[in-house]
Amino acid sequence: MNAATETAVAGETAGREVLLKVENVSLSFGGVRAITNISFDIQKGEIRAIIGPNGAGKTSMLNVINGFYHPQEGVITFKGEARSKMRPYEAASQGIARTFQNVALFKGMSTLDNIMSGRTLLMKRHFFWHLFHYGPARREEIEHRRKVEEIIDFLEIQHIRRAPVGRLPYGLQKRVELGRALAMEPELLLLDEPMAGMNLEEKEDMSRFILDVNSQFGTTIALIEHDMGVVMDLSDRVVVLDYGKKIADGTPEEVQANQDVIDAYLGVSH
Amino acid sequence: MADAAAIAGGRLDTFPKLLLRNATARASRPAMREKDLGIWQTWTWAEVLDEIRAFALGLQDLGFKRGDTCAVIGANRPRLYWTIAAVQCLGGTPVPVYADAIAEELAYVLEHADVAFAMAEDQEQVDKVLSVGDRLKSLRDMVYDDPRGLGDYDHTRLHSFEAIQAKGRERLKNEPGAAQAFLDEIELGKGSDISIILYTSGTTGRSKGVMLSAERCIAAASDTAAFDKLSDADEVLAYLPLAWVGDHYLNYAQGMVAGFCMACPESAETVQHDLKEIGPTFYFAPPRVFEGLLTRVMIRMEDASSIKRRMFHYFIDVARRYGEDILDGRPVPFSGRLLYGLGNLLVYGPLKNVLGFSRIRTAYTAGEAIGPDLFSFYRSLGLNLKQLYGQTEAFLYVTAQEDGHVRSDTVGPAAPNVEIKISETGEVLFKSPGMFIGYFKNDTATAETVDAEGWVHTGDAGFFDHDGQLKIIDRAKDVGRLVDGTLFAPKYIENKLKFFPNVKEAVAFGDGRDFSCVFLNIDLNAVGNWAERNNISYASYQELAGHAQVYEMLQSNVDKVNRDLANEPTMAGAQIHRFLILHKELDADDGELTRTQKVRRSFIAERYAPLIEALYDGSSEKFIETEVTFEDGRKGRISATVQIRDMTVYPAAEEHKEAAE
Repeated sequence: MNAATETAVAGETAGREVLLKVENVSLSFGGVRAITNISFDIQKGEIRAIIGPNGAGKTSMLNVINGFYHPQEGVITFKGEARSKMRPYEAASQGIARTFQNVALFKGMSTLDNIMSGRTLLMKRHFFWHLFHYGPARREEIEHRRKVEEIIDFLEIQHIRRAPVGRLPYGLQKRVELGRALAMEPELLLLDEPMAGMNLEEKEDMSRFILDVNSQFGTTIALIEHDMGVVMDLSDRVVVLDYGKKIADGTPEEVQANQDVIDAYLGVSH
Repeated sequence: MADAAAIAGGRLDTFPKLLLRNATARASRPAMREKDLGIWQTWTWAEVLDEIRAFALGLQDLGFKRGDTCAVIGANRPRLYWTIAAVQCLGGTPVPVYADAIAEELAYVLEHADVAFAMAEDQEQVDKVLSVGDRLKSLRDMVYDDPRGLGDYDHTRLHSFEAIQAKGRERLKNEPGAAQAFLDEIELGKGSDISIILYTSGTTGRSKGVMLSAERCIAAASDTAAFDKLSDADEVLAYLPLAWVGDHYLNYAQGMVAGFCMACPESAETVQHDLKEIGPTFYFAPPRVFEGLLTRVMIRMEDASSIKRRMFHYFIDVARRYGEDILDGRPVPFSGRLLYGLGNLLVYGPLKNVLGFSRIRTAYTAGEAIGPDLFSFYRSLGLNLKQLYGQTEAFLYVTAQEDGHVRSDTVGPAAPNVEIKISETGEVLFKSPGMFIGYFKNDTATAETVDAEGWVHTGDAGFFDHDGQLKIIDRAKDVGRLVDGTLFAPKYIENKLKFFPNVKEAVAFGDGRDFSCVFLNIDLNAVGNWAERNNISYASYQELAGHAQVYEMLQSNVDKVNRDLANEPTMAGAQIHRFLILHKELDADDGELTRTQKVRRSFIAERYAPLIEALYDGSSEKFIETEVTFEDGRKGRISATVQIRDMTVYPAAEEHKEAAE
């Protein structure tokens, strides 16, 4: 990327509408404060990275965003609507999907069925009809299957369509999990360490998929990642946490130059 | 003024004319299938013509002229095949390029072939072409099939396939003469036109562009389609590389001639599933594919329940006894037929179904030597697997085995209308209906390959066996002679040894020597497994390789090879007199193998000179120290005293053999 496009991107980012806003959020478990008074926003259409050393509160932050944890203090505004307490499935039906640090798929089910399960919330017909696979339920399933096939095509996993996911290599399981999240057609996609445990080639593939999801479907993405190369290349803006506090927020270049970040996390810039 | 029916009824000497014929005579028969979003989509011959015509007219609008060349880069996608046909319709020459070619190779081919247009499958291929764009002076426009990721690219000289087709369809609607112009272009095509330029893979030096003329392509394809009785009821799965002569011949050319349906796999990884779903009737695969399948079947069977496992092994044994005889129509006892029928019901049928082989009438393998056991395994299941020998320069077929006359160690008699001659040096020469016109822009190479009398030199050494089948033994330049003048073909001997599971690598020596000797490498998996079962403990590869019982075992393998060689008049003199098992595995890191795992004979000879000396001076063991490179790049030295074994040499069985027949 040359300098001209970089400024263009930065300019674009500045003008974007805010999709999710986190204001003064604190979360503690008993006496342990996991997150202390954190505020940041995620703009529509961007790739936002959340980084920090181990135990910095990144995953807790993600869990707060998708309603799995309820912060004791602070407000989260999604699509202009403030919320206090929300269950994960409510977050999901509002358009927030996620993948997990440790793959959380249905191991005994096929790739196809796993991704199909991502569409549960979008199925409108009554359970009764689906039981008999009849009439409107049948038509609906065909429609959803088409969407799922598009995702399979997009992620290039046609060859494992029928394979039980438990038997797949880790890199592919991660890809299936991304597929399931995409099946929800989310507005905001939360990725918890999408590259963990992958080899270089798998990381390159995953990076390409993340960029393609962002550019082709316009999905906003928030990701946690430890691989700094990936974070710096993929993300538009980065927020850095350390011991549950926000220590920096900005473009990858800004964050990389920030002395607090270098001290806390990055070590010597390379 | 030409009309479609008239062209189709005339002399069919180009592929576009065959296309018109098929679109008329087989209008509603399936011509092409592709799996899209998990569902097989089918185009009839009439629809395929429609697609090709729309694209060709769009391409013409873009400025494509008779004589232009167009690169086709990518995997087996219908639209890439249609591009080949559309370019041929317009009197241009398609130049397919391997999808996995690196940018440098791609640049060489595109530059050398002066391509004016390029059809790229997807973003990856577009990027590759763009990365070398400054070298491609003649390239005017590029078309892509899959739009993914290409949205933001500069589209002044880049076009989507759909856009070009839309332009063509618009012309058909608004321009009264468009449809006629398309037919006129086809009618202008002559049989002597260059139909396609196929670049050889270039394992030795720069790849060369093999020019094939339309009439010769069609003549060759018609002969073999008749030979294997291919018709429009047949079906193939096009999974071989698009730029390889095998794919263009077996699928495109034979498909056009016989009018059968070509199915494109969903992706390279799904070929195995697609094979099962399509159930082709004609199939080609190199030996390593068959080997990989067999390994997978065996591993799965190891995991099966004991009843199933026992049933499998019992019936595979039955198949081994009667299968090939039944396939070739030889007499088999009634009880054997009964058992085989039961086996077919319980094992062979279901197994072939899983592998996608249920409907195959004819299958070919070629490219390298195939192990006799491997070959027999598939044939005994009732799969009509045969061998052929071919070259890009011949537009594939030089020899092919006839149904019922199949052997694992030969490649068959000359294919229909092919003439074969063995030169004085033992090189195989041929003249064939499909033989090439010459190398593109490389007359020197053409003159080197085709002699004054029109014989094409294959560069392979071979001889005709007693029943008139050709045996290919080695590359001609690798074949040497013993001191007494006996033919010495190292690869031929090495391959025979490598068919034993215990032997991983073999290196034969003998050129300019009194007799032949070999170095062997044991296969640590196979021999290690054997050691485990026989309670033989060992600490290292070296120790296992030097074990007396291992030597015994390999000695019996070498003995079998010698018996085999004794049965072949030409090779009997090259029987192995002495052998040794190397104390280390040959390794590409040490420069002993190429990166593609081929032995570098002369390098090995130099590195292990003391061992070779010992092989020929009669000593029974020899101390050797060798430097080795570890995986992390560190160097070390290993030393060992290597034993050498003498072998029994059998008298040549020429007379005996002839008497027996």
